[in-house]
Amino acid sequence: MTDVKTYLREWAMPHVLCPGCAHGIVLRSFLNAVDQLQIDQDKLAMVAGIGCSSRLVGYVDFCTLHGTHGRAPAFATGLKLARPDLKVVVVTGDGDALAIGGNHLIHAARRNIDITVLLLNNSIYGMTGGQAAPTTPEGALASTTPAGNTEPNFDACKLLMGAGASFVARVLAANPMDMTKVMADGLDHPGFSFIEVISDCPEYFGRYNKVGGGAEMLTWMSVRDEGVAGPLAEKRFVNHIPIESVPSGMETGVLQREIRPVYAGVRKVEDHES
Amino acid sequence: MSQAQLIQGNEACVKGALAAGCRFYGGYPITPSSEIAEQMVRLLPDLGGVFIQMEDEIASLASVIGASLAGSKAMTATSGPGFSLMQEHIGYAAMTEVPCVVVNVMRGGPSTGLPTSPSQGDVMQARWGTHGDHPAIVLAPSSVAEVFDVTVKAFNLAERFRTPVIILYDEIIGHTRESVVLPDSIEVVDRVQPTDAPADFWPMIAPDDGVPPLPAFGDGYRFHVTGLAHDERGFPTNDAQVAEALVARLHNKIDAHLDEVIEVDTYMVDDAEIAVFAYGIVGRSAREAVMRARDNGIKAGLIRPVTLWPFPYEQVAEVAAQVDTILVAEMNLGQIIGEVERAAAGKAEIKGYLRADGEPITPTALLEAITPDKEGQR
Repeated sequence: MTDVKTYLREWAMPHVLCPGCAHGIVLRSFLNAVDQLQIDQDKLAMVAGIGCSSRLVGYVDFCTLHGTHGRAPAFATGLKLARPDLKVVVVTGDGDALAIGGNHLIHAARRNIDITVLLLNNSIYGMTGGQAAPTTPEGALASTTPAGNTEPNFDACKLLMGAGASFVARVLAANPMDMTKVMADGLDHPGFSFIEVISDCPEYFGRYNKVGGGAEMLTWMSVRDEGVAGPLAEKRFVNHIPIESVPSGMETGVLQREIRPVYAGVRKVEDHES
Repeated sequence: MSQAQLIQGNEACVKGALAAGCRFYGGYPITPSSEIAEQMVRLLPDLGGVFIQMEDEIASLASVIGASLAGSKAMTATSGPGFSLMQEHIGYAAMTEVPCVVVNVMRGGPSTGLPTSPSQGDVMQARWGTHGDHPAIVLAPSSVAEVFDVTVKAFNLAERFRTPVIILYDEIIGHTRESVVLPDSIEVVDRVQPTDAPADFWPMIAPDDGVPPLPAFGDGYRFHVTGLAHDERGFPTNDAQVAEALVARLHNKIDAHLDEVIEVDTYMVDDAEIAVFAYGIVGRSAREAVMRARDNGIKAGLIRPVTLWPFPYEQVAEVAAQVDTILVAEMNLGQIIGEVERAAAGKAEIKGYLRADGEPITPTALLEAITPDKEGQR
């Protein structure tokens, strides 16, 4: 196995992530998957939007594009169409991909363009200081929901299945081995692969909601297997939301996998690589 | 020798782009620019290019930037409402120095405005629409033939200076069919490639001309691209000196080469008492008005910038020193006229002929405006 440092820009360290943040575990698991598949370092492009998870691409020694908020799938689409020989991976967060970038994400999925999207879901906007996201569970506290979140949250995987993604999976940052396996499967999948990683944000989500630090949040994920919505099911912040309305758990693993034609843009048929 | 062909401005744009080497088009339908996409999808594949209709204009320009980083010459085309959405990525392309071309076939605004009518209402948005201090190259052709030339020039300038280049023309030029003879051969400029080995490559180190080389993703150079202020290694920084040096270089790389960018057409200004300042389709009306005024014994001339930004301050100042009056004619309520006033700096009287109702400015109207009344007043 290759030394993981081969894939890192050590000169760019220290990184910007907070103590207890699981994004580093996610990155390590991803690099293990890249290594397992022996992907050519020169032919891997990582494209990110804006947010904590998106900053990961600065630290990996590939061709890396740190774009604009929510637009990573659109940048990745142009990149992949112009250079089909590149393996293109989008790293995004829940606010980036599901709020401001929702449109780009669902259309990339619908086209079944051959890119992989890793959505690191920490249930909150971390980079900007803990505001509520479309993934923040009902009732949870955030800096913009001081009385508790009254909006329902997205199930990202269901959204992507509805949009036509040909590979959809959910994994937990608490289970690095599973993450690597599913990420390798996703990278290998011909067409659009979407992997939601339940990560954490101890600094804002954990602190505001008194659900503990990084270790506690990871423990919850692993024992309850239901992501960050789980621990909150027993915590009520907004009295008028009945406890029954909170999702009881999240399915993990590969949730959808099908082979259908891969989109390669409008081009000459003989140029069509797949 | 090429044959004369009867084509639309939007078709001339496509032909110019393909001749200049454009091999990627990402766009979103909008009147009056859609013919550009409709032609591109038919012509690009046979040239080895790729077309995609994206989900909106934000994504269109993002796809263009992605394709450009992958080594393709790339463009998009839109009109006012879509141009507003593209501002985010015009700034991103300026900051990350990714060559690309954005065509805005202007229609009446604000908002959805007058979708099928001409306008020149986006002149200041083309300069200042995206946030922050950034350079801008904006070109305004005034005929179908010039659309071809300007599109070639736009790609060449984008590659030469690693910057987004905007082409502004209006609905009339986009849709008018004119007989044109396209050139047999044109000069094509390609972005400079690094000479350093990949291991020694720092993506944002610029040579003396201020334009760093740009390898394609996938060609063996692994580097980072970010819209955050970045150092010579391309990595984000909050260092004030580094940020200042970056923004200064982004401007200087163009400001130091204005002779390569600025193009101004003048007509009969040498002995003129009044010069009409007009661009795009209005430049055509103005030329006709000047010819008719000369027939009537009025010493009129024309100054017609092809390059709107960087604004040709020096060239306008020269004319201002020669004439009594500059009449600025534009299809908006007064946008570029402020720059003409700055350039003239009191050396000539500046008057405006402004109209923003979706109707063109006619030669007859301009002739009337430049003809003195019985008291000698205009």
